[in-house]
Amino acid sequence: MVMRKKNMAKIKVVHYINQFFANIGGEEMAHVPAEKRAGHVGPGMGLAKEFGEEAEIVATIVCGDSYFNENVDEALENILAMIKEEEADLFVAGPAFNAGRYGAACGTVCDAVQEKLGIPVVTAMYEENPGVDMFRKSVYMLETTNSAAGMRKVLPKLGKFALKVARNEEIGSPAEEGYHARGLRKNVFVEKNGAERAAEMMVAKLTGKEYVTEYPMPVFDNVEPGKAIKDLSTARIALVTSGGIVPSGNPDRIESSSASKYGEYSINDMGETAHGGYDPIYANEDPNRVLPVDVLKDIHAEGKIGSIHPYYYTTTGNGTSVANSKAFATEFAQKLLADNVDAVILTST
Amino acid sequence: MVKAIEATGLPVVHIATVVPISLTVGANRIVPAIAIPHPLGNPALEAAEERALRRGIVDKALEALTIEVTDQTVFER
Repeated sequence: MVMRKKNMAKIKVVHYINQFFANIGGEEMAHVPAEKRAGHVGPGMGLAKEFGEEAEIVATIVCGDSYFNENVDEALENILAMIKEEEADLFVAGPAFNAGRYGAACGTVCDAVQEKLGIPVVTAMYEENPGVDMFRKSVYMLETTNSAAGMRKVLPKLGKFALKVARNEEIGSPAEEGYHARGLRKNVFVEKNGAERAAEMMVAKLTGKEYVTEYPMPVFDNVEPGKAIKDLSTARIALVTSGGIVPSGNPDRIESSSASKYGEYSINDMGETAHGGYDPIYANEDPNRVLPVDVLKDIHAEGKIGSIHPYYYTTTGNGTSVANSKAFATEFAQKLLADNVDAVILTST
Repeated sequence: MVKAIEATGLPVVHIATVVPISLTVGANRIVPAIAIPHPLGNPALEAAEERALRRGIVDKALEALTIEVTDQTVFER
């Protein structure tokens, strides 16, 4: 390994953004493969301002969100090669806010760059972005709000934090620096011993004062797998989707993003998709491409399953909160149970 | 949604394109889908072929529902 002399030269940064922030287009351009452009692009301009004289975005990699997630291995290979060419000192991805595919891509690329190229990495996204749970342990991810309206607020934080990481400076706790907790424990020396601190915490708790736990209990919310179906030919199957399939005209106005409701519709009444987070052209042509009613009917006609629950349950997965998704499903699951459904096929885009 | 439904005891199979996301959020039975805008389709194919492709994925999904699992399992096509 070549040891580079630390000098006052500008830190060379490579920035990763998606097709939307590069102004290439929206969902209809989410399939574009990775490409490299010189200098900063889109939000990179704001980030470059924050870097000032300390760092320079020498190149920006732009990649379609769907392309990345559907071709991870190939995309990573190309992207890593592009970054290597630049001899970067720092890699920054996003901010992705609540865009799930974008966050997953930012996390995946950061993780690979850190591991394979040994370059320090930083990204930023909203806490419910799947990218957080996927890579929080290995990648520094700054907290952001849940929409790009938070761009102006997060860029200064991102610029500052990224420089710290690039310079290998001491990084404080998640609370101090504003990044998603990584679940790492750090030994520190403190004045008071454990007994004293525990007693103080207990007193605070009992007298209703504020206290901060030194060890948050891990939240396990995995679910026991449902028992396997013994005999498919007598089983009643229900269909559910987060792909936003709705009857023509979206009669209940399910939102294209951050859905506040779900729909219950006859399986014979699929018309289009309400989901704004993927190119709707294929689903609108044939909703079976997202909710496979046609083949499930074939399978039933052949006697391979007992029956099909007559309604499908649908909402838009795009940016819909975990709390809402859980509430919707908990509610309609009761209807499935009441109708003696045996198993569920849930499709997601 | 997958977990909220399965918490009632009903087995759920998740047909999803971005399998790493499905794994991270904790689905127990996962079948990989084709692509984000058409998880159970492929517009490049003739209608009959596309339907056969869709049929294959749903067959796999139903099969997954008949298999006991203790950990998260991806049922590749």
